[in-house]
Order: sequence, then C-alpha cells, then structure tokens
Amino acid sequence: MIGWLSRHFQALLFAVGRLARAPVATLFTAVVIAIALALPAGFLLLTHSVRDVAGNATTVDLTAYFKREVPLESVQQLAAHLRQRNGIESVAVITADDALALMRKDSSLAEALGALPDNPLPHALSIHPAADASSSTSLSALRQYLTAWPEVELVQLDSDWVRRLDAILLLMQRITLGIGTLLGVGVLAVIGNTIRLEINGRRQEIEITQLVGGSAAFVRRPFLYTGALYGLLGSVLAAGIVHTAGALVAAPVDQLARSYGSQFALQPLGWQGLSLMLGVGALLGLSGAWLAAARHISRLQPRV
Amino acid sequence: MIRFDRVYKRYPNGREALSAISFDIAAGEMVFLTGRSGAGKSSVLRLITLLERPTRGLVNVLGQDTQRVGVSKVPAFRRQVGMVFQDHRLLAERSVFDNVALPLVVAHTPLRETDKRVRAALDQVGLLDRIQALPGELSVGEQQRIGIARAIAPRPALIVADEPTGNLDPQLSREILGLFCRLRDAGSTLVIASHDMALVNESGARQIHLDGGRVIS
Repeated sequence: MIGWLSRHFQALLFAVGRLARAPVATLFTAVVIAIALALPAGFLLLTHSVRDVAGNATTVDLTAYFKREVPLESVQQLAAHLRQRNGIESVAVITADDALALMRKDSSLAEALGALPDNPLPHALSIHPAADASSSTSLSALRQYLTAWPEVELVQLDSDWVRRLDAILLLMQRITLGIGTLLGVGVLAVIGNTIRLEINGRRQEIEITQLVGGSAAFVRRPFLYTGALYGLLGSVLAAGIVHTAGALVAAPVDQLARSYGSQFALQPLGWQGLSLMLGVGALLGLSGAWLAAARHISRLQPRV
Repeated sequence: MIRFDRVYKRYPNGREALSAISFDIAAGEMVFLTGRSGAGKSSVLRLITLLERPTRGLVNVLGQDTQRVGVSKVPAFRRQVGMVFQDHRLLAERSVFDNVALPLVVAHTPLRETDKRVRAALDQVGLLDRIQALPGELSVGEQQRIGIARAIAPRPALIVADEPTGNLDPQLSREILGLFCRLRDAGSTLVIASHDMALVNESGARQIHLDGGRVIS
C-alpha cells in the first residue's frame, strides 16, 4: 500500500513540476477550461436562485370576493367555517373598508377612489392553503368549493404565472444541461489535445521508459495526474469567475428585485457547489487525459 | 539462457530480416553478433528484447518462449534484460542518478535500495563522482558508460548491447569492452551486436556472424 501511494505521489509531484515549469501555458489552458466550466455553473446557479424564489411563491393564495350585499358577520362566520377545513393554513378576512384603505394607500387610483360616493369594494377572504394542499388539483377543488357558496361572487386563483415560471425554469435547466454537455466535451477536447502535445513532446522519454520495462500504467500515470490537475486548476478559476460575476451583479439584481417587491437574490456557490465544481473539473481532466493517453501512448513503439 | 531455433523474421514491408537462424547462448557467456549493416544483428536483438516477435520459429529467452509472453507481461519481461544502445538513449533533462535509477523506478524498487544500486552501478563504470551531472555535461564515452550503468543497475541476468562502441574512438571502445568483460566475469550474460571486428577479435569472445539474415558462422 505504501509503495502504491508512493508511486502515485511521485507521479503527482512529477505532474505538478511539469505544470509549474510552464506557468504561462498552464495558465492559458486552465483559463480556457475555467470559462467552459464557469458558463454552465453560472447558469445553474441562476436557475437555482430563481427556483428558490419560485419555490417560496408556489403556495398560491386564493381570494374569495363576496357579493356586496353580504354582511361582514356572514363573511366572518364563513371564514370560521373555512378554518375548520383540512388543507387550509390560514384565512384572513379583508373587509371592504380595509380593502379601500389599502387601495388608497398603495394604488395610483387614490384620487379616483376619493371621488366615489361610497365604497364599491366587497368583503373578501384571503385563503392560504397548506403546503401539502397546494397542488393544482387541490387548488381547483378548493376553488370549486368556494364558488359553490351562494354568498361568493368570484374566486380568484393566480397560479398561471407559477406554471409559466415552472416552464421557464425547465427550459433554463435544459439549456444549462445542453450548454454544460457541449462545454464539457470541449473541456475533454482541450485537455485531450494538451496531453497529446505533452505525449509528443516526451516521446523519447516514453520510449526509453518502455525499453527499460515501464508498464503502460507507469507511463500513463503522470499524464493522468497532469490532466486532473488541469481540470482542478480550471475549476478553481471557474469558481473564482462565478463568484466574481455574482458579486458584480448582486447589487443591481437586488435593486431590480426590490423595485418589483421581490426578495430575489443570486445564490452564492457555497461549499457544496464548489466541491461539485472541483470534482467535475478534475474528473473531466482525468477523462480527457485518459482518452489521449490510451490513444497516443499505445501508438508509441520503442525503437532500437 | 537464449535459444533461437529456425527463426524467421519478415517485416510488414516484405523484407526478410532473418531466415531460419538457430543458435544457443549459455548463461554467463559473452557473445558478439557480427556482420555488416542489414545483416540482421538488430533484428536478433529486437527479438531477444521482445520489441518484435518472430514470424516463425522459436525464440526462448531466460527460459520463456517469447511467443507466449502476453502484451501485458512484456514490461516485466524487459525488466529482466539490461539494454545498452549506440546512441545511449539518456534523458537529457534528468541527472545521471535519475537516468541510472529509471529501470529501478519502473520496477518499483524501494528508494533506499534504488540509491544503493545506482551508486554501485556508477561505481562499477567509474562515474560515481558525476552522479548529479546532466548527460549533456558528460563526454560521449562517459554517456555510454552511464548507459551501461543504467543497464546493469537492476542486476539483470542478461545484458544486450547494440553497437555500444559505434560512436567511440578506439581507446574508449577498449574501455567499454573491458567493462563488459568485467560484467561477464561477474556472471552476467552479454549479447553484443558490433561491426567493430578489431574490438570483437580482441575480446576473444564467441561470435555469431550474420549475413543476409542467416548465420554464417
């Protein structure tokens, strides 16, 4: 075991040494890999951020507007009745006066409302379904139940935007997957080509190693570590790019979100995301190096 | 130690390099393969070191029928054979120590043992004081001696050398020959391809003379 670890450690040191001896070339390769990894990672973070906001808003409130002649006492009785029902988290009574006051405060219609001789608004109930009763089927059933009350004029259920947002999120996910796959193949190709050039540059060394009895694994090992290190270095830079980009747009996004009354904020990469990114980078590097090494080293035949 | 029995070797381009050659080399023997360029000397060495397989016939090296050595077993087979080349084949960017240690490193020899054997091999070729030098800092003769040190460091049972004095002047050639004789006296088996007949005759060792891919004498 110690021998095995020692061989791998030697190969790792050798790979680190080779990368360090050509810092500019190493950096250029790593930057290309970083850009290819940063794009899908950034998209993924954006999708997750939007999904979080959408997740908080997926429990849709229903509003039941009563006929104008229905007295407040009846509305309060019906509200109490509704609170006993399963799948209801809370029911708030919005009196016609409260609604008018709210409209006067928040709406640009304040002046027009002031000109009216009396309050045109009805009493209403704002119903917040429980999280486990927020499926479209449950909501439709609740809507039907409320609509059946003779005192109720209208039941409003604004779930269309949630469905649209879900569709947009799904589309974003698919686009991210597509871009990620394409760029992942790109990373494989970049690392594969870099390793191919390394193999060609060290052709003589490989041949001599094979002549003195170096196994395929022994010859291949430093190249695999080189590939993995390229991937790792690229993913570290990619994490830096994503973090910097996130920090740069955080304030404008926050400002924009606030203007819409939204709590939307871009998520940071986090330890889990960083670990995933490093793992994916190293794995892509290792795979690219493996493909190149398997293909090109086997073609080298030592000559005497 | 080595047996060739009616061995043929035809290359993919159609050239027949060896034609029904047979010979035996015993353990502890030093044998010269002689003949002009293209006589088949290098082909014999390539068959011994498993760089090629015979088209027909039996090649038995170190008790193994080389036809039966699988591709994955070739590196382990080669670790039993020390090789010396006309052009030394040293790694220019690595120190003398690293060059000589290479066959020990690929054989996963422990570090302390590697250090001991490298020093012993360099001592044998008289270059222990150049252990940290780069090959480019050495003379041609010294480079060849480093190549020999690399071949003998793992203490192989068999050493093959392809024109080891081809680039050396007569004085250096004699030094290298003296080195080979000492290795033979220490019990190693050596197969040396050479067209330097003066040196071969001086050695007094057995010759296998090849011409046109056949053993003449």
